[in-house]
Amino acid sequence: METDIVIKTEKLTKRFGDFIATNQITFDVQAGEIFGFLGANGAGKTTAMKMLCGLSTPTSGNATIAGFDIYRETEQIKKNIGYMSQKFSLYEDLTVLENINFFGGIYGLSKKRLSEKSESLIETLNMKELRKKLVGSLPLGWKQKLAFSVSILHEPKIVFLDEPTGGVDPVTRRQFWDLLYAAADRGITIFVTTHYMDEAEYCNRITMMVDGEIKALDTPKKLMQQYSSDSMDEVFYELARGAKRKAD
Amino acid sequence: MNQFLLFVRKEFYHVFRDPKTLLLLFGMPIAQIILFGFALTNEIKNSTIVIADYANDIASHQIIEKLAASNNFEIQNQNLSHVEIEGAFKKGDIKLAIVFPANFNNDLLHTNNAQVQIIADASDPNTANTLTNYASTIIKDYQRELTGNIMAPLQINTNVRMIYNPELKGVFNFVPGVMALVLLLVCVLMTSVSIVREKESGTMEVLLVSPFNPILVIISKAVPYFFLSIINLTVILVLSTTLMGMPINGSIGLLYFESSLLILCALSLGLLISNSTDSQQAAMLISLMGMLLPVMMFTGFMFPLENMPTGLQLFANIVPSKWYYIAVKSIMIKGLGLSEIWRETLILAGMTAVLLTISNRKFKIRLS
Repeated sequence: METDIVIKTEKLTKRFGDFIATNQITFDVQAGEIFGFLGANGAGKTTAMKMLCGLSTPTSGNATIAGFDIYRETEQIKKNIGYMSQKFSLYEDLTVLENINFFGGIYGLSKKRLSEKSESLIETLNMKELRKKLVGSLPLGWKQKLAFSVSILHEPKIVFLDEPTGGVDPVTRRQFWDLLYAAADRGITIFVTTHYMDEAEYCNRITMMVDGEIKALDTPKKLMQQYSSDSMDEVFYELARGAKRKAD
Repeated sequence: MNQFLLFVRKEFYHVFRDPKTLLLLFGMPIAQIILFGFALTNEIKNSTIVIADYANDIASHQIIEKLAASNNFEIQNQNLSHVEIEGAFKKGDIKLAIVFPANFNNDLLHTNNAQVQIIADASDPNTANTLTNYASTIIKDYQRELTGNIMAPLQINTNVRMIYNPELKGVFNFVPGVMALVLLLVCVLMTSVSIVREKESGTMEVLLVSPFNPILVIISKAVPYFFLSIINLTVILVLSTTLMGMPINGSIGLLYFESSLLILCALSLGLLISNSTDSQQAAMLISLMGMLLPVMMFTGFMFPLENMPTGLQLFANIVPSKWYYIAVKSIMIKGLGLSEIWRETLILAGMTAVLLTISNRKFKIRLS
């Protein structure tokens, strides 16, 4: 594995008034890694991710994304990342092809490259018959796979996925992860938040957030050894037991 | 620039694939024009009246003939007595009664002082006023014809001329009002809902994470709605000039310019609303409730602003459609140019600038 660090945070903190959503989080993510960001609802995962994407300004601390500073170089960061939000993030009243063209277009992909890209994307996803269909008419699993593929259309260095598999059945979830592995093999770093513990085991490394702080950071295997448990579920319960914040 | 066009095209897809939006966009103005133009008119036609003619002479007959010939009145019975008139009013099927006393013609010719009594059902004061006006105009008309033959000494003739709208057509009042109402409502509603929809669906986040300039997101949303509103305006103008005989005496270019100002003002208002809420329903409610009532009340086309208490008159000044309405009436009906309506134009432009500044600032805060 390469040792290029693509995400580096140092004591990154976000306060909303008295409430500290994320408290001094520090971690590194290496290029091509699938980095899982775990935690209960309200633990601060989404806030942390929003800061890294430039959607939210940190209260204190430092971070660089793909080598760019998150305070001063947000424009360069935007060109190097992809993002898939917690809510489904394609236009339901546009067709598959129109969505691909629109999102590819706003990332400045040329017509030629866009048509090559969309051909291979539709090929990979096996969506040839569906390309003129409105996205709203597709099953949720298809939409998620399409949304992910669209978010890496411009070959970003890093892609941020905010609970991408919410509400999807296990089989489709597995297929979705196959797509993630394929992208990681191409060198795209994947930063993914989830609260499905089986998914945590698919990650190269995971962090566990509790009450806005990082309580653990290692490979799933080592974490299971450390807490001498058989599954990530148990690790999670062990760590989250001390949580003061109630999940909402 | 390419990205910008891409975005505008996407916005058109949204509009054309949503039948509800299309209906609102083009159905509303047509319905409004027809409703206000034909159904809600303040001209009163064919009111039933009765007459008690105690004179039964040439003068009273001639006046009754004139009343019957006017399309405002329909004479139900012309041989009632005083007592019967009261009964007719009580039954509620007549609006007006006219009483000629005995010796009407004689008094008129020899004493120069003949009396006619007009009795109106004032339980609806506006109708009563209008109808008595119609009736006295007809009677005065008759008098003028007589004095043409016999010169009476010392007589003041009031010569009333209704300028700009000699036939007192209600349409002249309503069309500019409907234009203001439709443009303002549709634009505010469309922009606020379309921006909030993106927030609700999560696509706004994706757009903000992309290298696409956030200000361009807003501008490219405004472009299609601006364009559609101009089409909308054209539909209203065509309908009202062809169907309702509404004149456009001034410059059409100036009319479109003033309308563009109002549309811009509405778009920035919609943007402001979209910043303060995250749900489409809330955006729709704020736009409709927050706009419909003030625009109806304070534009001046339904209720005359001059009759309102000072506080409300002052409030009317911050309703953009009031200024637009004044400007449009001046252009369409009076045929005035920019030199006469520069004040209204300036106020509209100022409002737009202020709204844009506020909403732009608020939008930036949301990014942090």
